[in-house]
Amino acid sequence: MNIKTIQADLIDEFCMFDDWMDRYEHMIDLGKSLPLINPKFKTEDNIIKGCQSKVWLHADLENEKVVFTADSDAIITKGIVAILIRVFSNQSPNTILNTNTNFIDEIGLKEHLSPTRANGLVSMVKKIKMYALAYQTQIEL
Amino acid sequence: MKDLNSNTPFDVEKVRMDFPILSRTVNGKPLIYFDNAATSQTPQQVIDVIVDYYSNYNANIHRGVHTLSQEATDKYEEARQTIQKHFNAEHTHEIIFTSGTTHSINLVANGFASFLNKNDTVLVSALEHHSNIVPWQMLCEKTKATLKVIPMTSEGTLDMTAYEDLLLLNPKLVFVNHISNALGTINPIEEMIQKAHLVGAAVLVDGAQACPHIKPDVQALDVDFYVTSGHKMCGPTGVGMLYAKESWLHKLPPYQGGGEMISDVTFEKTTYADLPHKFEAGTPNICGGIAFGAAIDYMNSIGFEVIAAYEHELLEYATEKLNAIEGMQIYGPTTNKTSVISFNIEGVHAYDLGTIVDKLGIAIRTGQHCAQPIMDFFKVSGTARASFCFYNTKEEIDTFVEGVKKASMMLR
Repeated sequence: MNIKTIQADLIDEFCMFDDWMDRYEHMIDLGKSLPLINPKFKTEDNIIKGCQSKVWLHADLENEKVVFTADSDAIITKGIVAILIRVFSNQSPNTILNTNTNFIDEIGLKEHLSPTRANGLVSMVKKIKMYALAYQTQIEL
Repeated sequence: MKDLNSNTPFDVEKVRMDFPILSRTVNGKPLIYFDNAATSQTPQQVIDVIVDYYSNYNANIHRGVHTLSQEATDKYEEARQTIQKHFNAEHTHEIIFTSGTTHSINLVANGFASFLNKNDTVLVSALEHHSNIVPWQMLCEKTKATLKVIPMTSEGTLDMTAYEDLLLLNPKLVFVNHISNALGTINPIEEMIQKAHLVGAAVLVDGAQACPHIKPDVQALDVDFYVTSGHKMCGPTGVGMLYAKESWLHKLPPYQGGGEMISDVTFEKTTYADLPHKFEAGTPNICGGIAFGAAIDYMNSIGFEVIAAYEHELLEYATEKLNAIEGMQIYGPTTNKTSVISFNIEGVHAYDLGTIVDKLGIAIRTGQHCAQPIMDFFKVSGTARASFCFYNTKEEIDTFVEGVKKASMMLR
């Protein structure tokens, strides 16, 4: 699916909720529905630094698209990573590298965007982009 | 409102009026501040002192002949006396102003580097904050001395039998906190100091978590070094103190070189200034020092016995209410502790809990509390920690407990 459409869908979904509790509950539900990462990828190397909770992120290249899988021991963090995966997974490295994270602001989760927050959203995005860059290079070679 | 808090003669509502920050809202809810073990809030009386300093007599101290410099010097030295009296140090010059507990510890650790060699042992308790572990590891790396750990029991108290065994190694130094930041455990420092002295070891006590709750008497304790921070006791950040027995301050070499700490400088040789200035290189945090003194005056105006009794009531009240929540696990001892509750709820990550209660206006701490070895001991990745101060109320605890219940329902 087009990355812009996915973002628009997410924004519509979150706009249905007026108060923060419903938005968080939705995010928690998204976290719970995150497909399980293969346990063999839950390694120290795949842990994203900068989070109070543990986040593992793994990426594969399938048909020139980057497929992300992830997990976290904290459910809100898992919700955040689920949102990112929904947007960035199954996209070409080039699309990932050229997409910003403004949608996070628009779904009312702006507070998570600050680099000083302990949830590590910024670190997650950085890691996603790093994988995309690595696979982009691999394709070009 | 008063009924719930009426067991003590202490008027909490009146005290709360002293703290302007307590009337603000967070996420549209009245702020409930339960992160006091990380930093305490500042009363208007201390804020006024800070404003007065910068409005009326901001100047560099100890050197100027002009009026402002003399006024600032007088106030700074008065603050040192306030601290000396509060901790019952024998001499004013045994109080060294530092930037805080961590700076104080590093000052002593650095000084000891010249006394230790590879045959020496130093002891550190298993209940320490990272700031009281890392400087000693660095010291031992530098001097090749051996660092041994005084273990803790499953209740989260120090294993005193193991401590006595370790003293047989004739350590040169023992480092222990007065109260654990992660668990609130009050360590038997009086006994530990006596026993250490029997084998000729010096003792450094980290009082950062103790000083907001109790008034230590350094002479009665016979402690060699006692350190604390101003911001844990209603003062500003960036200022703290090192108390050391005069004899130690003469023995220890200076920590930093610079202005203020010298008496005579030529390119051939520098003679160091007298105590306490030998350890206070450069322009200090003058306003911070004065405000630290004001904070101690403020706390004494309430009274440490009143504070301890009221905070104990808050601790018991909160412990009982929290224990009624399904899946609640509180870490550390149940008695002989200060108003700190470190906990987890089965199936709920501390980070998630902290995030949700923040949305309800409640500030608690989550994570490892700079005490990773303690978290490893309990085999948890972190805990949630609520820590109470004398300006907190039972009504706030009720709101917090409801918030924790709401969060667990959302998160499980």
